[in-house]
Amino acid sequence: MALLKRLAERDRAVLPFTLDGQPASGLQGDTLLTAVLTAEDSLRGSDFSGEPRAGFCLMGACQDCWVKLGDGRRVRACSTLLEANVCVTREPGRSL
Amino acid sequence: MNEAKNGAVSEAVNAPATSVASTVIVGAGPAGIRAAQTLLAHGLRPCLLDESLRGGGQVYRRQPEHFKRSAKALYGFEAGKAESVHTTIDQLQAEIDYRPETLVWNAESRTLDTLHNGRAAQVPFKHLIVATGATDRILPVPGWTLPGVYSLGAAQIALKFQGCAIGQRVVFAGSGPLLYLVAYQYAKAGATVAAVLDSSPFSAQTRALPALLGQPSTLAKGLYYRAWLTAHGVPVHQGVHLHDIQGERRVSGVSWQQGNQRKNLVCDALAFAHALRSETQLADLLGCDFAWSALNRAWLPTRDAAGRSSVEGVYLAGDGAGIMGADAAEMAGELAALTLLGDLGYRIDRARSIELQRQLAAIQRFRQGLETAFPFPEDWAAKAPDSLIVCRCEEVSAGEIRQTVAEGHWEINRVKAMCRVGMGRCQGRMCGLAATEIVAHASGREVACVGRLRGQAPIKPLPFGVEAEQ
Repeated sequence: MALLKRLAERDRAVLPFTLDGQPASGLQGDTLLTAVLTAEDSLRGSDFSGEPRAGFCLMGACQDCWVKLGDGRRVRACSTLLEANVCVTREPGRSL
Repeated sequence: MNEAKNGAVSEAVNAPATSVASTVIVGAGPAGIRAAQTLLAHGLRPCLLDESLRGGGQVYRRQPEHFKRSAKALYGFEAGKAESVHTTIDQLQAEIDYRPETLVWNAESRTLDTLHNGRAAQVPFKHLIVATGATDRILPVPGWTLPGVYSLGAAQIALKFQGCAIGQRVVFAGSGPLLYLVAYQYAKAGATVAAVLDSSPFSAQTRALPALLGQPSTLAKGLYYRAWLTAHGVPVHQGVHLHDIQGERRVSGVSWQQGNQRKNLVCDALAFAHALRSETQLADLLGCDFAWSALNRAWLPTRDAAGRSSVEGVYLAGDGAGIMGADAAEMAGELAALTLLGDLGYRIDRARSIELQRQLAAIQRFRQGLETAFPFPEDWAAKAPDSLIVCRCEEVSAGEIRQTVAEGHWEINRVKAMCRVGMGRCQGRMCGLAATEIVAHASGREVACVGRLRGQAPIKPLPFGVEAEQ
């Protein structure tokens, strides 16, 4: 279920992408974080407990919103704009 | 590269020929943009490096280009200032070497290491203005790693930059001017604000009034947000100690202590912070001297009244060298640029420089008033339970930090080496301050006496397989 709620700027082009292999969509101008969290409620699992995380600072400092892209890059979802047809994979994290 | 355009400005005989690359500014917020503008006005074309997509910094964070909300809708009372800063960077960018989306991750012997689009490059400099800004100052609370919990700055960015609220029913907590501003912005944008939980007691704000009256317009705005929230039925509670944030896989509620009472509220999102903390890693790598600032409750790079750091050719401006806010950042950026130009032998308007220093001193007095109005909750460490996750990167708990102190360690870098608090991917940006508070409390020392968490390159994580520019 969605974490973020859109309040404004809803009249934008729809961009399709895939999330964990499933079809998804966001709006042009969304960050990856916005595109994922307006449909889902987490971005990654913690590396130490596997507990869900959904970013925290949104300004590129906390490093808690990393996701993996189809080309192998790992990026901060808060600082990366959504592009059409990008493949986003959420990493489940690990437990100790 | 191009030599400096001198125009009507005379340059002293011994001033170095200044090329685009030799004067560098890090950070395109209010300080960095005003610094760039001032340098350019004197015929010196700087290189301006900024991690963001678009200039403006966090406070005047811009929405993506095709978004339609007005500056008034986004920045409220500060719309004029925001537009002025944005117009300035738009006009400057063709005339300077402006590099957005560029991370500066190291500084060594007059060279900055940068990363842009996965490619590493080196930017040599002779003169540098460091305007690295700030992030939220976080005092963790049980449950703060749950999805739906964000910093106050994050909540504001979600709204300004993305047109989103962090949830359906949002609680704002902590203290500082941003607390009421963000709650107001959310309510105004149509979000449901379930409550504002201010850790500072009302009496503190009354006590601070004399100092706050020095900046009546800023005070008036603060009072306005507060009154507006009350008038629109948003509950505001003061003297609150956050107890915990509840939820299984996301936020479902919050509980707090107010006097002897425990209170609960259902919510699906919570944003919190206790004012801001300076981003000082770069100044650290540059070798700048640091001193303890009781006002900021932090170690800060020292600067003289004109903006010079202890390192020749390195100048400091804006919140990155001590929290003073956006207006002060604009002034400090201009001032640091004037000082740099004067040191290079350029003819500058000395009266302007003195006036800027006078205004900055007045803001500093106001800042003292804010600290009285929104005091740091000094009992935070004593109240933090052992199970509290302090470091969210590596999930190091308050109890583990206390155990490390019990083993005889009290110097923060040593504690970091022993239990890894502050060693994760954020490099202590989120937990460093909280860890220091716990170490100080557990070891019976003043927070100024447990050392300073040192910066290390790369100051932010780099991806594997970075290509180097040839």
